[in-house]
Amino acid sequence: MAQHKVNYTQDGGLPVALTSIDKIVNWGRSNSIWALTYGLACCGIEMMASGASRYDFDRFGTIFRASPRQADVMIVAGTLTKKHAEFIKRLYDQMTEPRWVISMGSCANTGGMFNTYATVQGVDRIIPVDLYLPGCAPRPETLQYGVMLLQKKIRANHASRAQKAKRLM
Amino acid sequence: MRAYTPKDDVQKRAYYTDRYYVSPQVPKSPVESDEVFNADLEAIKAKFEVLDAYIQVEQMVVFIKPEDNYKVLELMRDELEYTQLSELSAIDFLAQRGGFEIFYQMLSMNKRKRIRVKMFIENGASVNSVEKLFRSADWSEREMFDMFGIEANGHPFMKRILMPYDWQGFPLLKTYPLQGDEFAAWYEVDKIFGKEARDVIGPELRDTAKVDRYDSERFARLGHEVPKGTKITGNEPKNEQNYQEDGGVFLIKKFDKKDSVVIDDPQR
Repeated sequence: MAQHKVNYTQDGGLPVALTSIDKIVNWGRSNSIWALTYGLACCGIEMMASGASRYDFDRFGTIFRASPRQADVMIVAGTLTKKHAEFIKRLYDQMTEPRWVISMGSCANTGGMFNTYATVQGVDRIIPVDLYLPGCAPRPETLQYGVMLLQKKIRANHASRAQKAKRLM
Repeated sequence: MRAYTPKDDVQKRAYYTDRYYVSPQVPKSPVESDEVFNADLEAIKAKFEVLDAYIQVEQMVVFIKPEDNYKVLELMRDELEYTQLSELSAIDFLAQRGGFEIFYQMLSMNKRKRIRVKMFIENGASVNSVEKLFRSADWSEREMFDMFGIEANGHPFMKRILMPYDWQGFPLLKTYPLQGDEFAAWYEVDKIFGKEARDVIGPELRDTAKVDRYDSERFARLGHEVPKGTKITGNEPKNEQNYQEDGGVFLIKKFDKKDSVVIDDPQR
């Protein structure tokens, strides 16, 4: 038998919190950012480390999904080659609104050290990016910090108003 | 469209030449100095024409005629115990000699020897596929086609392997610019958005020396981020960014650095 007791009279009333629609929706959105598993290169290893027990993304509600239809944020972790560019666009289009993109690491930001014919010079040439993380590769702390900044960005939105869909063009 | 400047002579044109420079040569020794190689070479010579042969870094290099390549490799596999084809590819000698040098790197586990079979083909010529002899030649020949445009006759699936199927140009040619030609520069934009989008998306930024300290859109100092589009002059006071708003977050306890505990003892 559980030995707990709910004190309905503490804090001067019932266990009820009053808030606005904006805040409750944003609270839900920002604390369940499901990320699309998108490890393209060595940054993907850091992304996996962020999800594993030492850094533990799950405690922030960031759970990696293998399907774009269940994901809210796409973490582009690694080098995007020109051959792969059409697929990232296709996956991005399958994600439901509202959706966000984190460009993780130098390669995804600008092409990085791969100043060659086969590398897309920045993932923002294909899809709109919300957050750029510097580093080669960024540590899991950086990715964690980036996700927390993204949470802050989501909370700054007015969820009750119509969201303008992000388009590159 | 940018005018295309021909880069056919990049191999001939020297960027800088030292008057007293002597290019280093890997020493060659005659095949007679190694009796195993000598016996192998005699077996090849008995049936095929050998243009040149020598030993370099403990490996025999044999130059053959391009039309003999299948038969020579078959002889080496079945009779001379060179049962592995480690690697095959081409070398671009278009500027110097107007063709490609193709090499087959063979390994004999029994003899513990390696032989490199080489042949020279003219530009535009194709080679016989050795995929029926060695399965490892399957992808190697596709890669050779992908990178140099040399086709292998009789290959079951002669398509590009690394680059996309609709790619134009052969990237490992010496005349191919490292940062890509006109087609490569706009490949993903043309394919995904169409040619009309070139003006909207703009050309690639490939200037590695371009550094913009005050680029607030992409690279702010970690912990001091600013919203997109903020004009930064560089004289602002440093203003540390918190990941929680000042008023706190709904239903979430505000994190206070002062209340946090730093654990110094790793053996706690």
